[in-house]
Amino acid sequence: MTRLPITKTPKVYVGGAFIRSESARVYPLKDAAGNFYANIPQCTRKDLRNAVEAAAKAGPGWAKRTAYNRGQILYRLGEMLEARAAEMAEAIMIGGASKAAAAREVEASVDRLIYYAGWTDKYEQVLGNVNPVAAPYFNFTVTEPMGIVGVLAPEEAPLLALVSLVAPAITSGNTVVALASTAQPYPAILLGEMLATSDLPGGVVNLLTGFRKEMVPTFATHTHLRALVGVADAEERKALALGAADSIKRLSLTKAEEPTDWFADAAQSVYAVRATLEFKTTWHPIGA
Amino acid sequence: MPTLTAKKSPRPTKRAQGRPLPELIFGDLWEFDPSPETADPKLKARYDLFIDGKFVAPASGKYFDSINPANEQKIAELALGGAADVEAAYRAAQKAQETVWGKMPGRERAKYLYRIARLLQDRAREFAIAETMDNGKPIKETRDFDVPMAAAHFFYHAGWADKLEYVAPGRRVAPLGVVGQVIPWNFPLLMLAWKIAPAIAMGNCVVIKPATNTPISAVKLAEIFQDAGLPPGVVNVITGPGSTGGLIMTHPTAAKIAFTGSTEVGKVIMRSVAGTDKRMTMELGGKAANIVFDDAPLDQAVEGIVNGIFFNQGQVCCAGSRLLVHEPVAERVVAKLKNRLRALRVGNPLDKNTDVGAIVSRGQLETVQDYINIGVKEGAELWQPPCRLPAKGFYLPPTIFTGVSQSHRIAREEIFGPVLAIITFRTVDEAIEKANNTAYGLSAGVWTDKGSRILKMSTELKAGVVWANTFNKFDPTSPFGGYKESGFGREGGRQGLLDYCKLV
Amino acid sequence: MLARSPHAALRRLFDEVGTVDAVGVEERVAKYGTRSIKKTSKLWGLKTAVSMVDLTTLEGKDTPGKVASLCQKALQPHDAALGVPQVAAVCVYPAMVKHARKALGRDATVRIASVATAFPSGQAPLKTRLAEVKAAVADGADEIDMVINRGAFLAGEFGEMQDEIRAVVEACGQARLKVILEVSELETYDNIRAASFLAMRVIRPGDFIKTSTGKTSLNATLGNNQVMIEAIRDYYLDTGIAIAMKPAGGIRTAKQALTFLIAIKETLGDAWLNNTRYRFGASALLNDLIRQIEKEKTGAYQAPYYFSEATESY
Repeated sequence: MTRLPITKTPKVYVGGAFIRSESARVYPLKDAAGNFYANIPQCTRKDLRNAVEAAAKAGPGWAKRTAYNRGQILYRLGEMLEARAAEMAEAIMIGGASKAAAAREVEASVDRLIYYAGWTDKYEQVLGNVNPVAAPYFNFTVTEPMGIVGVLAPEEAPLLALVSLVAPAITSGNTVVALASTAQPYPAILLGEMLATSDLPGGVVNLLTGFRKEMVPTFATHTHLRALVGVADAEERKALALGAADSIKRLSLTKAEEPTDWFADAAQSVYAVRATLEFKTTWHPIGA
Repeated sequence: MPTLTAKKSPRPTKRAQGRPLPELIFGDLWEFDPSPETADPKLKARYDLFIDGKFVAPASGKYFDSINPANEQKIAELALGGAADVEAAYRAAQKAQETVWGKMPGRERAKYLYRIARLLQDRAREFAIAETMDNGKPIKETRDFDVPMAAAHFFYHAGWADKLEYVAPGRRVAPLGVVGQVIPWNFPLLMLAWKIAPAIAMGNCVVIKPATNTPISAVKLAEIFQDAGLPPGVVNVITGPGSTGGLIMTHPTAAKIAFTGSTEVGKVIMRSVAGTDKRMTMELGGKAANIVFDDAPLDQAVEGIVNGIFFNQGQVCCAGSRLLVHEPVAERVVAKLKNRLRALRVGNPLDKNTDVGAIVSRGQLETVQDYINIGVKEGAELWQPPCRLPAKGFYLPPTIFTGVSQSHRIAREEIFGPVLAIITFRTVDEAIEKANNTAYGLSAGVWTDKGSRILKMSTELKAGVVWANTFNKFDPTSPFGGYKESGFGREGGRQGLLDYCKLV
Repeated sequence: MLARSPHAALRRLFDEVGTVDAVGVEERVAKYGTRSIKKTSKLWGLKTAVSMVDLTTLEGKDTPGKVASLCQKALQPHDAALGVPQVAAVCVYPAMVKHARKALGRDATVRIASVATAFPSGQAPLKTRLAEVKAAVADGADEIDMVINRGAFLAGEFGEMQDEIRAVVEACGQARLKVILEVSELETYDNIRAASFLAMRVIRPGDFIKTSTGKTSLNATLGNNQVMIEAIRDYYLDTGIAIAMKPAGGIRTAKQALTFLIAIKETLGDAWLNNTRYRFGASALLNDLIRQIEKEKTGAYQAPYYFSEATESY
């Protein structure tokens, strides 16, 4: 008799641990042929609240790491993903993608992580500067991470888009709470495992799964989220903007109705890092 | 010392006249047992040249010995590279640059550099021991500084390879082609990283010669190039005498040359390539002033003075070899310095407790000893802490001279050893004047509690690197290089990359 | 008359005694951690550390029985064959002093240290604080661990702070005094250095300055230990008066203790490597020191449950 394998229970990666939704709700994930695959946690606004708290706790430590250290951790995340490329490709294939397309998406995701790993100790040299003010002061502008960043991943490119939105935010020391693709959540489940084995401190990246209608309103109004990046449709963008106004969130959203080519070079840039940075200018007298 | 209260303190606070001065005892109450690092440096008995991705015998068929300055024992045999080998190396480099490396997308070049960094991290302990055996510097330094910093240089520059459009705002950059590089013996592995990483990240290919005294880390690094799958010809390592270095600097294929070493040899090289189109960068000697003001945090300043001149046995181009100390605190600083030196451990570089190791060679030892004799003859006052130096090997105790004047040779000439010249000053302007009164201009140190003074000193000091309330700090992101006769060009950071490309 | 601001008073004090660069201190002490202590020198260090322990119990739930048990351990930390010396002292609350004296006997070489002066906060009228000191000494305390008036220090009232210390010195009589600065509340290294000098100037040769009560979240670190021993060194070289040092709280492992001893060796030198001039305020440390001594003897790493009062058997 052939051996029956045991199935894996998907859990979401929050605060460095793997948890079910506090509501205990799940929704079924079916493969492209309509067969049951697994039950995915259906996260709630309370899960989001808890994730934000985990992100807040991890924030100061992550921001204080040296840029070199953050770069090494991002690189290691790339190592973890590369090592389990086949498994991740299978996760992408659940949604019907071909083996080749799935492999291509995994490779592009690894390369994207390596790209941002290489920015951690360089973006300051490109985005910051010394300013030659017309007075005897040393004046310099440095960047600073904003804090906790909310990420809304699109439905397509369930791994590559998520990585492309999360990586630039944590490059500079922000922490992230992300909502993965609803239709294709499994890559996010696996990504959580890779984050957990990459030396990334718990709470720096928190990945939630669930339904946008239930989650977006809280992304919009939670005042501790200082920025929101990602993809949203017109109705969502309106709601997010209205909510952002209440606490002056910074928004960096692209339109769901004009999909991004996540594979293009234009989908990675130091300006994606800039989107979640503050700028601080300091003056100090020069004189004996 | 008076208290701030109006009341008188109940006991005398000034020493009664005639009583001996209190002293600290740094004796042998708690002698440390030897703690040698015993891991295997994995040395081969004989190393060949590394050309076109392979280890090949030198055309001359000859080899030379590399010895361990800690005990004068032979470590390995190295190939004696000459003109034919240099020619073969440049051919391989040019071919690699034109057909493979120059055409490769930056993000793929980056991956080779990342691999090199990771493999060096994997073999960190082995490389640290080999470097200590070849150069004589303490294992504590190779383990905690040289090797990790070398890996960090590869890691940092890896990340630039696919971001070159940000290096020169408003312009595109392109590699120069093949670069010839000659590096010194004081930081053999680190200098390899400083030279190779930016060059190849930018898309150039390299012919490089390590110092004759310290070739081991270069040939071991070549093993890592092989393990990383670096395309053949991208980096070629030629070991050999100084004359072979000259051949590398003057070879017609080199679009650019980079040299780190003494100012004297730098001038020779510059003359030898005059009239050619070669781009060049020079990182030469120094006689840095380490300036301590009366409001400096004194114990930390003393630590910085010690780091400045005894780190790497003082064999550092940017060493703080002149201490300029503000008169009001001169006596106190020198007293603290002497106490601190009494706790330094000089000895076997492979012992994990050694702070000051061996001088790199007999020749260098004699040079430094000559300067010590000159200092005494010139009338400066010599002080060395008591130390037990090993019977074999090239060792010197940490040495300080007080009563030094600006005109003394020991205040003007680069000694390149553990010898500190101490000079006093009264005002800020005098400190600046004395600090700048030299043909060199590599680095300087400023110790004060006052921020505006730090910035003023930094503005006025003619030095490529100014350390404020610290010394001898290095980072791959931080550009390093000198003014005046300390050279030109920068290594590290965005500025450093500009020296390895042309603007198009 | 110019208004006296605490800031001005503090600034003048800093100018007098010097300030401290925090990054520089951390760098200096990091070097101690790279020292490699092996074999005979390790055994010497471990045994010396044991002899420097002020074995401490400072809990609300302390009882005479607990204190008696502590005293037994102080007299004989482990089975005699291992050659572990006695500790320097036991450290207890004033109410427990008489029980410690009963357990140790009149002629014990292990001393009794009592915390006093409304330890740990010090927030009680001076009269009652001094009465507490006298009572503890009368009950048999050989040493008093007092807390300084941090409020006075931070308000720039240095005279008041020093006057209180002088009064405690007087109340101690023959007992040795340890002055706790409570480094976590002073916060900066500049303040710790300044407070060290203020205290040293009003205590007697052989008295101590001490880092902390152990009752806050930040206790002895290599950094604050370094700042205080540099102050002790500078004061000694200026005046010839040798003040002793006690880091307390946060030192739980033998490895940490050895690193602190290296700091002493390289900063104050040989004359401070004994329990007249240096103590560790600790409790769990003792067992780890004994474990490491046992390991040096047998060559095998030890489980914690072989040593009394370390009973978790996981």
